[in-house]
Amino acid sequence: MSRPSQSGTPQTVAQAGAMAAAAPQAAAAAAPATKKRRRPHLHVVVFLAPAVLIYTAVMIFPLFNTLRLALYTRIDQERVWAGLANFQTLFFDPIWSEQFWNALGNNFWFFLVHMLVQNPIGIALAALLSHPRLRFAALYRSAIFIPTILSFVIVGFAWKLILSPIWGIAPSMLDAVGLKSLFAPWLGKEEYALTTLALISVWQFVGIPMMLIYAALLSIPEEVLEAGEIDGITGFAAFWKIKLPLILPSIGIISILTFVGNFNAFDLIYASQGALAGPDFSTDILGTFMYRTFFGFQLQLGDPHMGSAIASAMFAIILVGVCIYLFGIQTRMRRYQL
Amino acid sequence: MNRKILIAMLATTALSAPAAFAEDATLTIESWRNDDLTLWQDKIIPAFEAKHPGIKIKFTPSAPAEYNAVLNSKLDAGSAGDLITCRPFDASLALYEAGHLTDLSDMEAMGNFPDVAKSAWQTDDGSATFCMPMASVIHGFIYNKEIFDELGIEEPKTEAEFFAALDKIKEDGSYIPLAMGTNDQWEAATMGYNNIGPNYWKGEEGRLALIAGEQKLTDEQWTAPFATLAKWADYLGDGYEAQTYPDSQNLFTLGRAAIYPAGSWEISGFNAQADFEMGVFNPPVQNAGDTCYISDHTDIGIGMNAATNNPEAAKTFLTWVASPEFAEIFANALPGFFPLSSAPVALEDPLAQEFLSWRDDCESTIRSTYQILSRGTPNLENETWGASVAAIKGTETPEALGQKLQDGLASWYEPQQN
Repeated sequence: MSRPSQSGTPQTVAQAGAMAAAAPQAAAAAAPATKKRRRPHLHVVVFLAPAVLIYTAVMIFPLFNTLRLALYTRIDQERVWAGLANFQTLFFDPIWSEQFWNALGNNFWFFLVHMLVQNPIGIALAALLSHPRLRFAALYRSAIFIPTILSFVIVGFAWKLILSPIWGIAPSMLDAVGLKSLFAPWLGKEEYALTTLALISVWQFVGIPMMLIYAALLSIPEEVLEAGEIDGITGFAAFWKIKLPLILPSIGIISILTFVGNFNAFDLIYASQGALAGPDFSTDILGTFMYRTFFGFQLQLGDPHMGSAIASAMFAIILVGVCIYLFGIQTRMRRYQL
Repeated sequence: MNRKILIAMLATTALSAPAAFAEDATLTIESWRNDDLTLWQDKIIPAFEAKHPGIKIKFTPSAPAEYNAVLNSKLDAGSAGDLITCRPFDASLALYEAGHLTDLSDMEAMGNFPDVAKSAWQTDDGSATFCMPMASVIHGFIYNKEIFDELGIEEPKTEAEFFAALDKIKEDGSYIPLAMGTNDQWEAATMGYNNIGPNYWKGEEGRLALIAGEQKLTDEQWTAPFATLAKWADYLGDGYEAQTYPDSQNLFTLGRAAIYPAGSWEISGFNAQADFEMGVFNPPVQNAGDTCYISDHTDIGIGMNAATNNPEAAKTFLTWVASPEFAEIFANALPGFFPLSSAPVALEDPLAQEFLSWRDDCESTIRSTYQILSRGTPNLENETWGASVAAIKGTETPEALGQKLQDGLASWYEPQQN
């Protein structure tokens, strides 16, 4: 059985040290003369350049430009420095703040549904799939993973049709088992719409935690489980006491991916409910709020500055969330040497 | 050597290009109506070119959703066409203010249009009109004649008759009385509130008073349509909360719903889909004999790029657009899009003709939220969508909705602030 240890045990440090020590030797062996030591750096720069340039052009520059744009405003066709006025409007002007807090609250609910439904189901599915005596595991795995590669537009449209009170199969299926009274036009009701959409998203993406956990479960060596078996730990107990602690780091990664994905979400809501995120903004999340503000909608002209302010707020929220995870949770997580 | 040839070639092309222009003026039209491409190529352009040799027309539409962005970048780059199809209100006003559209107020052909038609392409004070009005859409109620005959219902003229007819259809139980959903929100505002509303706020009178700050959205005439919409809920189909716009269209054309709160643009689609006879009635008035008001909403105009090389040819074309000949071709090829000129036009499509005939009996107005009032944040048009849906669902009272809209408007619109 493996020994539990904090990340960076003497053992791993020693291993890493050995590897680090080996590297310069290899480099020294490759470079015939010490004078030409600088040359190997050149190819690093050359090979990194395309990625760095493209990444800078399409990610880093727009990111900082968005942050900068949030500090300006437009008065009579002129761009004027506004400092933090946009943020003040966003957080304290009732017209804006009400929408912002509504969107943020909805976003948290959206995230919570994913954490409470998608990830446990994903883990459970992975546990079932990794069962050695399960037949057709590959088929199930592919079937569950396929929705993940579908476009949001298709998923949104298909579910809208399934749940449609007029043509959908949901009402007739419920009718067939005598539960018609349970049916409601879920996507059209303020109280259900967001949860329904979150569950649709869960349906679509449950394959991702499943695959990651599945891979983590497969990497657990047989010996560990066998050792447990000898000690009398089998079945469910083996899952809770041996496998789960070993896949915790993967669950952490999945949580953070879910967090970032959910707070950047936009597509599904936009595809199924439109930019106004109806009914009555009950499905409005930060992404749709930002889109509506930035690009405008119907008669509302776009306001890139307020839109950037919202985008910056989203960036800050995600940054804080990721930092809490990285420094608050990941560093304290126990890792096991296998 | 090679370079010399290249220069020579460049020089000749550069020289020959203006020579071609001198003979024939070619006008390019920017538009978002890519659905109408064949109509322009087969009917409108040949008709114009036959009368005006020496002017060639090219119709180059782009996708509707991209049009504004594409047009703006073309105008900034100086590569936009000579003639520009104008969106109504602020989008085009912004182009005029940026100097991209020419003031056309002094063109004689402008006299062919009534004031309300021109209001979509005017500066706020009405001093400059920068696009020639081309087409409008009219709101009303399209109904299934076979169902009406079967149940013995007459076209309702008053609101009482309208609800009596709805009751009768509901009692019968075989059909959904009203085909409308609230999922997409805009139908509730456009085909609901702005369809029946003009009868309450007396069309232009109320709309202009609202812009001037003399009436408020909390006034009875502005909240009463919400109260009427609230009564609609009983007559909509099961699960109307999740019913989308295409759902409603299909319910009606499949013969499962009796009445469809409509815009005239539905005509060609419905003609193709529905295999029953359709009729249409205008928004019912409150008491028999009241003046009726209709939403005759300006939708398409056409203006001249201020940077065009052929201003004379462009003006010739615009004058022709204002003529009855153009109106006749356009209106018959696109039933449901009505020319805006005052000259009478005969339409072959009976439904379209019925829509158009209301202009003689009723007063025309445009959607109340479109001019000026949707410039700020919160946006009155978008707010009205939500408010109309809330009214139908009954989640808020008409008075509360009026108050909410008024507060939103007053927060940025000065004439409404006192």
